[in-house]
Amino acid sequence: MQNILVVQSLTKKFDNFTAVNDISFNVEKGSIFAFLGPNGAGKSTTIKMLTTVLKPTSGEISINGFDVLKEQNKARESFGIVFQDNSLDEDLTAYENMVYHAVVYKVPKTERAERIQKALAIVGLCDRWSDYVKKYSGGMKRRLEIARSLVHYPKIIFLDEPTVGLDPQTRNAIWSHIRKLNEEQKITVFLTTHYMEEAEAIANNVAIIDHGKIIESGTVEEIKKRTKTELLEEAFLKLTGRDIRDDDNGANKQKMMRGLGRMR
Amino acid sequence: MMIEIIYILCLRQLKHYWRSKARLIGSLGQPLLFMIAFGFGFGPMYTRANGGANYINFLTPGIVTMAILFTAVFSGLEIIWDRQFGFLKEILVAPISRTEIMIGKTFGGAIIAMIQGLIMLSMTYLFGFRISNLGSLWMGLIFMFLIAIFFSGLGLTIASKMEDMQGFQMILNFLIMPIFFLSGALFPLQNLPYAIYLISRIDPLTYGVDGLRGSIAGVSTFGIYNDLVAISSLSVLICAIGTVLFLKIEA
Repeated sequence: MQNILVVQSLTKKFDNFTAVNDISFNVEKGSIFAFLGPNGAGKSTTIKMLTTVLKPTSGEISINGFDVLKEQNKARESFGIVFQDNSLDEDLTAYENMVYHAVVYKVPKTERAERIQKALAIVGLCDRWSDYVKKYSGGMKRRLEIARSLVHYPKIIFLDEPTVGLDPQTRNAIWSHIRKLNEEQKITVFLTTHYMEEAEAIANNVAIIDHGKIIESGTVEEIKKRTKTELLEEAFLKLTGRDIRDDDNGANKQKMMRGLGRMR
Repeated sequence: MMIEIIYILCLRQLKHYWRSKARLIGSLGQPLLFMIAFGFGFGPMYTRANGGANYINFLTPGIVTMAILFTAVFSGLEIIWDRQFGFLKEILVAPISRTEIMIGKTFGGAIIAMIQGLIMLSMTYLFGFRISNLGSLWMGLIFMFLIAIFFSGLGLTIASKMEDMQGFQMILNFLIMPIFFLSGALFPLQNLPYAIYLISRIDPLTYGVDGLRGSIAGVSTFGIYNDLVAISSLSVLICAIGTVLFLKIEA
């Protein structure tokens, strides 16, 4: 099997705090890969580096054969991303958000309308295309973000906690959309979630990160066998401990430090 | 393709502007107030001191500049809202160069400021302003656009270094207001204390106002072409600085 994402000794330091510490892993083409970890473990920092919006301190990343650090725009064309929190323009309509995306991702003019239509159909938003995004519910926004990330036909899609804060109906719908994408369009899926049963149900491969280090990886079965547990959630708790973490990741810490700097 | 990307970035800003009527009207309110208060308040004094010269003619280019200055700077700063509401991530993750983003956003802000300036200019006709020579109006439009480009670029440059809106008041009071007041927009830059004289000479807006005044009111201190060289080179410079800082933005 080919690897669509290759990460080599990736490290990110903020001042004297190491958010991501020398991690390496591969994601197979066509698979669903779950990247799990407690709050503040380094998940979002890693995703930001993989998606070119944060520069790593050291290490190498390759997406779809393109070096993320040197061939940024080629790499960017190869992936789609749904961020943890909103990245839609709420003062535009859903369709305007989609058109904006299609233009900046250089989708040929003749194909735009059709591709947008299709992407909206996948997440069931066809009849609400002309509404302002601020009128959407949380679940609809998330579905719109997923639709938007599909317009440029990415090879791999990053989903950073796609179901957080949503009701069970919407969560189920989103996972079935994701599975359909993976099966029908052969899109590789890289996801993070705190719902272990969701990860267990959908992922082929799992990596667990804690304190900036990958502490376990493999298929769900392998991990359960190695930790001698019945459920992925048990394995996760066994590996990462039961202590409650600061709800604070590297980026927040960095912001806080800058804030302190300003106060001084 | 690059043109289309710049176009879509501009279009997004224009939609925001057009859909927020409160902002459209609100940002005309301040220059209008200045026009009325200064125009009618200081007008008679100015006329007496300058041997019969018309203050409204002197003031109008300054007021038009004011409308452009504030609209352009705020349009540039809009990217801080993009950061706060999350859209900045969508901008930064797209396969386009930071230079294209910078150019697109600068033009978007400049076009909006230009529209605002044109509305203001037509309104000054109600206060008795008349363009001295319609033939040089096109030159005035060029100056208005250059002022718009410079301050839209300046807003973006500042915004690329700001995390949130907390520093906003400081920038307004210690940068934008002094730039406006010491540019000669409201009063002639003559017989000034040496320190103020110096500041006014390094104030980029001084050359914008002087050029615009030369073009539409027929009075200029430095000469229109000197003004043109000054404000256009400063515009290029600020956009270059902005682009460099933009390269370093992280989400």
